[in-house]
Amino acid sequence: MATLTLLQAVNDGLKTAMRRDPSVYVFGEDVGPKGGVFLATEGLTKEFGKNRCFDTPLSEDGIVGAAIGMALNGLKPVCEIQFQDFIFPAFDQIVSEAAKFRYRSGGQYTCPMVIRTPYGGGIRGGLYHSQSGEAYFCHTPGLKVVIPSTPHDAKGLLLASIADPDPVLFLEPKALYRSVKGEVPEGDYSVPLSTLRTVREGERVTVFCYGAMVPQAVKAAEQAAAKGIECLIVDLRTLYPLDEEGVLEAAKRTGRVVVVHEAPRFCGYGAEISAMIAENIIEYMEAPVARVTGFDTPFPNTLEHHYMPDDRRILDAIEHVHGF
Amino acid sequence: MTATQPISVIEESGAINGHAHGLSKQELSHCYRTMLLVRAFDDTCLKLQRSGRIGFSIPNKGVEACQVGAASALRKSDWIFPSYRDFGMALYHGVKPLDMMHNMYGNAQDSAKGRQMPVHFSFDAPIHFVSISSPIGTHIPQAVGAAYAAMMRKEDTVFLTSFGDGGTSSLGFHSGMNFAGVWKAPVVFLCQNNGYAISCPTEEQTASDGYAIKAKAYGMPGVVVDGNDLLAVRKVVGEAVERARKGGGPTLVEARTFRMGGHSTSDDPTRYVPKELVEYWAKRDPIERFERFLAQAGYWKKGDRDRLYDECMQEVGAAARAAEETARPALETVFTDVYADMPAHLRRQGQAAFDLAARKGDASAGDGKFPL
Ligand SMILES: Cc1ncc(C[n+]2csc(CCOP(=O)(O)OP(=O)(O)O)c2C)c(N)n1
Repeated sequence: MATLTLLQAVNDGLKTAMRRDPSVYVFGEDVGPKGGVFLATEGLTKEFGKNRCFDTPLSEDGIVGAAIGMALNGLKPVCEIQFQDFIFPAFDQIVSEAAKFRYRSGGQYTCPMVIRTPYGGGIRGGLYHSQSGEAYFCHTPGLKVVIPSTPHDAKGLLLASIADPDPVLFLEPKALYRSVKGEVPEGDYSVPLSTLRTVREGERVTVFCYGAMVPQAVKAAEQAAAKGIECLIVDLRTLYPLDEEGVLEAAKRTGRVVVVHEAPRFCGYGAEISAMIAENIIEYMEAPVARVTGFDTPFPNTLEHHYMPDDRRILDAIEHVHGF
Repeated sequence: MTATQPISVIEESGAINGHAHGLSKQELSHCYRTMLLVRAFDDTCLKLQRSGRIGFSIPNKGVEACQVGAASALRKSDWIFPSYRDFGMALYHGVKPLDMMHNMYGNAQDSAKGRQMPVHFSFDAPIHFVSISSPIGTHIPQAVGAAYAAMMRKEDTVFLTSFGDGGTSSLGFHSGMNFAGVWKAPVVFLCQNNGYAISCPTEEQTASDGYAIKAKAYGMPGVVVDGNDLLAVRKVVGEAVERARKGGGPTLVEARTFRMGGHSTSDDPTRYVPKELVEYWAKRDPIERFERFLAQAGYWKKGDRDRLYDECMQEVGAAARAAEETARPALETVFTDVYADMPAHLRRQGQAAFDLAARKGDASAGDGKFPL
């Protein structure tokens, strides 16, 4: 096992996939000789040649549309959108096309492909280098949405996504790219999609989170533990399709739930978790579900640290549901 | 390089061979000083970023003539829909370095209230320099719509929209060009072909012979100009502006130039730009070229550059110090301007944020380093 950053784990996952399967192709803006603006694709063009890892013109619509065509015709495209904030020119291709090909062709045409893209705040990127758009995509039947929070999961989930028969949007928490390190197995392995990860055991409050919010939740849970409130932290890691049974089980265990995400609150992912709990297990609940989220505003720049949920806000919510 | 020869006015020697530029000494001096001001702003921001005082900047070295030449062809009543590398256009029309520095620091005096990344300026005076967006190409059809509004009111305003070579691959470029062609809208599309879109060279961006040729398909003239030749840019953009003003419709101008720095302060161009290319363009510096012209016209002598550049550096340095001392925006600016009237749910969220800050202290700011 090597100790890698999340970014290195993504890079390792891409290399592993390309070595194991010659039909895997990697492309996007600046992913070739430059190795991507974050260096996630560093060394790929060198190892696999410029037919298999290459730069495209500046068009997300073109990138995803072409990926769909490749997928329809036997390749395994793994394309990169430089920032999730720039995915919207490709929204049509993702939502109207990739996600619907299987259904609309009665299973004749399918899109086994992965769209990787860094998302989330914490780098002073302002409105357009910080957003968390997962909710738009989790509202799209036919698409899978995956978000890792550790190097181990980044590689394992990426390999599972590349092997998956359906289109996967793979959202990488850029705030964690270099700030988390962990052991990553060498070679091929996978972390199955639609499975949860228990980050920390606890019996008093359940915290659901994903991506860059996981370390924040852990920090808050440590502070809560010091006050005698042990939290069960669950990393959702595949947002769609979600392991709903697992979520309900984890919620039932404590009867008190906090959901955390960076994205705005209204119609955010936390609303789904909250509704799921209200519909199915309301009788087990000791407190209303609390959501800790970004505000319902565009993403600010100078004051981004107020916008992003931090341990302070999460702890406050934990104490609130615990004391309810 | 492509087969189409760019139009130029100032030869490498500085001679203009009978071209009539039609500019007064005062206008020429203003263009020159603005180019030095752009460079001073650029040099200062680079230092501020390297020393961790600001998070990010966009280098403009090498492209000053494109921006200043194009801006000089506009009236103050015209509009600019800029990209993030165009602040020379704002400076030319009188935006103050201090106002720009407030944006670089994202402080309480910033016209965008510290909400945007550095270099994403927004000014509505002394010229309309429309709020810059990061997504490439989105502003291009917006310029066309604004032009349509002016047409409906029978105003003679001209709309200049500027973008890079990479921008021509965006959806916005194609819809904007198409709409402008159909509407005969008073728009000048300025493509600053600076060789690269981050690391992607022109040859990988398009298979056409440069970018100006794309105009043909949209039913408008396309002109290639030497972007390091201020007078040539001024002439070509000036002709396009006048045509637009008289109801003659849009033009696509491709200015060939070279980005001498990285894409941004987070970029390392030595990873992908061949050294020889940088050396080739270093010899074609737009400011030195303009100086040779000014010298031949009797308007410039040795020592002028240092004196003026120092003056610009003083002004920009003072602006940076003042911006640095200005407070951050207030917490409430996170919640205002989302809508004209603040909806109840936002009021509640804002209140909760204030309450939490009062109970648990402020959130802690990160280091503000932008990794791209
Ligand atoms: C839609 C979109 N995709 C990707 C990006 C990331 N990005 C920022 S600048 C840039 C290159 C732009 O190149 P060009 O248009 O030639 O302008 P230049 O920077 O050279 O002035 C890219 C890919 C973006 N801002 N918007």
